[in-house]
Amino acid sequence: MTMSPLNSAYTRRAFLHRGLVLASAAASVPAFLQSSAFGLPMPAWGCSSIPGVPEDHVLVVLQLGGGNDGLNTVVPFGDSTYYKARTSIAIPEAKVLKLTKSGGGGVGLHPQMTGLQSLHDEGMLAIVQGVGYPNPNRSHFKSMDIWQTADTSGTGDGWLGRYVDAQCCGYGKGESGKPDGSQPEPDPSPQAAIAIGREAPLAMQGKINKPIAFENTDLFRWMGADVHGSLVKPYDEITRQGVAAGVDGESNAGFLMRTALDAQVSSDQIRKAVAQRPLVQYPGSDLSRQLQMVASMIRAGLKTRVYYVTHGSFDTHAGQGGENGRHATLLNQFSGALKAFYDDLKEQGNDGRVLTLSFSEFGRRVYQNASQGTDHGTAAPVFLAGPMVKAGLIGEHPSLKDLDEGDLKYKIDFRAVYAGILDQWLKADPKKILEGTFRPVEVVKG
Amino acid sequence: MGRTQDASISGRAVGSAPPVREAGRKTGKRGEVSTSLKPISREKFGFAEARHLLWRAGFGGTPQQIQTLVSWGPEKSVDHIVDYQDVPYDSATLADFDKDIIRLPTDDERRMIAQARRANDEETLARLRARRQTAEQNDRQQIRKVQHAWIKRMIETPRPLEEKMTLFWHGHFATSYRTIENSYHMHMQNHLFRAQAAGNFGELLFAIIRDPAMLAYLDQNDSRKGMPNENLAREIMELFALGVGNYNENDIKEGARALTGYTFVDDGFAFQEGNHDNGGKSIFGKKGNYDGDGFVRAILEHRACAPFITRKLYNYFVAETPCGREHIDKAAKSVVRDLSGTLLSNRYAIRPVLRKLFLSEHFYDGAVMGEQIKSPVDLVIGAVRSLNTPVRDLGVLADAMNLMGQNLFFPPSVAGWAGGRSWINTSTMFVRQNILCFLLTGKMPVGYDALANSEKFDPSPLLSELAAADAGAATDPARVVDYVMRFALGGAGENEQNRQTLLAFAGEHGRLTPDVITGLLLLVTAMPEYQLC
Repeated sequence: MTMSPLNSAYTRRAFLHRGLVLASAAASVPAFLQSSAFGLPMPAWGCSSIPGVPEDHVLVVLQLGGGNDGLNTVVPFGDSTYYKARTSIAIPEAKVLKLTKSGGGGVGLHPQMTGLQSLHDEGMLAIVQGVGYPNPNRSHFKSMDIWQTADTSGTGDGWLGRYVDAQCCGYGKGESGKPDGSQPEPDPSPQAAIAIGREAPLAMQGKINKPIAFENTDLFRWMGADVHGSLVKPYDEITRQGVAAGVDGESNAGFLMRTALDAQVSSDQIRKAVAQRPLVQYPGSDLSRQLQMVASMIRAGLKTRVYYVTHGSFDTHAGQGGENGRHATLLNQFSGALKAFYDDLKEQGNDGRVLTLSFSEFGRRVYQNASQGTDHGTAAPVFLAGPMVKAGLIGEHPSLKDLDEGDLKYKIDFRAVYAGILDQWLKADPKKILEGTFRPVEVVKG
Repeated sequence: MGRTQDASISGRAVGSAPPVREAGRKTGKRGEVSTSLKPISREKFGFAEARHLLWRAGFGGTPQQIQTLVSWGPEKSVDHIVDYQDVPYDSATLADFDKDIIRLPTDDERRMIAQARRANDEETLARLRARRQTAEQNDRQQIRKVQHAWIKRMIETPRPLEEKMTLFWHGHFATSYRTIENSYHMHMQNHLFRAQAAGNFGELLFAIIRDPAMLAYLDQNDSRKGMPNENLAREIMELFALGVGNYNENDIKEGARALTGYTFVDDGFAFQEGNHDNGGKSIFGKKGNYDGDGFVRAILEHRACAPFITRKLYNYFVAETPCGREHIDKAAKSVVRDLSGTLLSNRYAIRPVLRKLFLSEHFYDGAVMGEQIKSPVDLVIGAVRSLNTPVRDLGVLADAMNLMGQNLFFPPSVAGWAGGRSWINTSTMFVRQNILCFLLTGKMPVGYDALANSEKFDPSPLLSELAAADAGAATDPARVVDYVMRFALGGAGENEQNRQTLLAFAGEHGRLTPDVITGLLLLVTAMPEYQLC
């Protein structure tokens, strides 16, 4: 949290003249609410190694919130129905960044996605087409919960939380998310997955490992330090002592003292990590800022396995635009940030360690609406990036004619994509984590 | 925000007697834990015990309130807390919120939508969609208001146990707005929990199978004769009344058949006779022509029911068990057994159980006091009430609770909040420290109106008891530090290193101005031990 120079000067002067006077509330101050915090790799403990699991594989999940219009992202320019359905917002064939030959079945990227095109050309981008699930739900909340829990009821723990639990503590999916109560639970790992954002996503909610989230690493600290400088030293003494003398380490007091110390150490490490200058120039967008933070944390050697970033607002009911406009801007930011992220990772020599999964809770309807926009739909493409992915198009583009009440029929269940990532990249058992059998899509090169 | 002044444990009540310094009591931390349900004697009910009672049966108390309870002794104090219906306080009413803010589409609207779909009439569809979206937005705003109203009530109430038990039932019969998307039904359910807060578990169970929010949450409206949905029957047995191992899959199937036809229309329960399966059923090996109420009766007669609900209450008010620490688990088992006898002999009335528990020697054992991790609600409401901080901004308080893992009306699943250590990680630790910093200093999070939160915290009332006892004490750093630690941390805070740290801080600043006292409180509330009560 950067202290306003005005603020600190005021408090220091006030201190000299009148003893301790606390900084007033009106002074410009930061935001702990925007920061919750983080968990961090503690070299001494955390997730124990599992034989055969590569320690250095990282998964970054990039959520496109609001329901991204898949048809204007991966454009079926070879299908005349597309142009009939989207009279004012279709992308002209000549502008599409083609991924296939022209003609029937031809698809390509939105013209603003030159970054993704170049990742594709370098063999670092896979596009899984027509991803969805049975009986699609068109509520943002519900469908997002379904994707994040990997359960069509949209209830229970998050799939990434279950992965972290399983990796660290041998737990699978919780029954109604409830500990069985027969044994004391192990301490959560301070090496939990990290989400950039105000609230941690449901996807990262495990039974034991709870998500860790922060909007901005400058805020991972105690706000009291900005109230008056003389509080810093005593605060450090209090929170960094670990389990105090005479306190039973098994007691709740002992647990709290350990966690308080972890929090301080994590705060130091994460803030130091993101203070580094990135190795490449990122375009200006919030998603860029988030991915730049993730790249810095990877570069600093944090042992975190899963990062989560979000990009919105794709809920383009009205005035969506075509090759330019609202949706185009969002795609431009998505594409540019992801490209810069991999350029940065490549400079670091870490690109081979990081697989990025990008999804949205649903696509949009085939036909545009009366407000030059599109309404909530169903199946949509999922993007996977990184040099390890099986690059190119995976699966077929869903038909624009064989529709279900005006919506695309999905071709690949999203959980089969998760299964592929768990199985081929994270080397975890998809059956246990997804609590069901989904034939893993081949997403990583053999 | 005004707070009720007249009752002894409301926001800013005033007591009179000075605090009594007791001999340090560190008994029983690891050794034998008392399992006695005999009432604690008046002599043993001192500052620490009264403080403990206020935290566990409510949301903490000011030094004056603690002192009032000490002067009353245990019997009168517990009666005052448990018989809260005798304390005058405005009832929240159902009419506080708009019941028509969101409605399912009427049959006419449904027909209109279908027709427009068929005709590809985008204009009509867009208009209907916009109307629906506006209603949903309004409803989402209303659930925030319902949430804020509850937080306000928890801060103001002179009947803290009423709200503490309302929160207990909310976590027990966990229902989430996120699934049902109807703020008025959540408000109705909250009202139900408050009406039965320390009432009768049996009556609550009969009411919950008629509660629109619960019926919507557990898909009861999709349950049909011949195709029963098992969700409600399963959760009643597994999570609400019996626990795993006390029923089998057949009991669930038959229970689900018994519940068919139990549904709701608009805001009220409706029994749809045509949808009810009135064939013979067998539940727990007993044949009968059960309906939903018959199913609930069978559950209440099950021998696992009273121990199950008693254990849940025990975990909430006393200690999370089993915790794997033998001396605690053993004692808990014995106490739960005895208390569940009390529950049964009072035909599931909760109040006698709580009275017995709050009076018991067990409740004040050294292994019990100061070993519970405050829930986010306990932390925030408790800080406002006990330290007497400004309330500042209900929205900020609600947001902070959410970031700490307890978003009221949005429990994570039907199992409610796991509680205990699951509240704590490196992330929530900072939020916990920082929400206290916000309450004490008004340090504003970005995105909120700074001017609304500039009210200055006045710590001097906290020290008035100390000053009343001995005019010199309130200016003596050592006495003040001891007093603040004992008040804010209870027995959990006996830590010599922290004491020295606070003394050094106070010494550095010389005179104990209100800001120095606030500085001390910032440090005390940042201590890991402050998370305990």
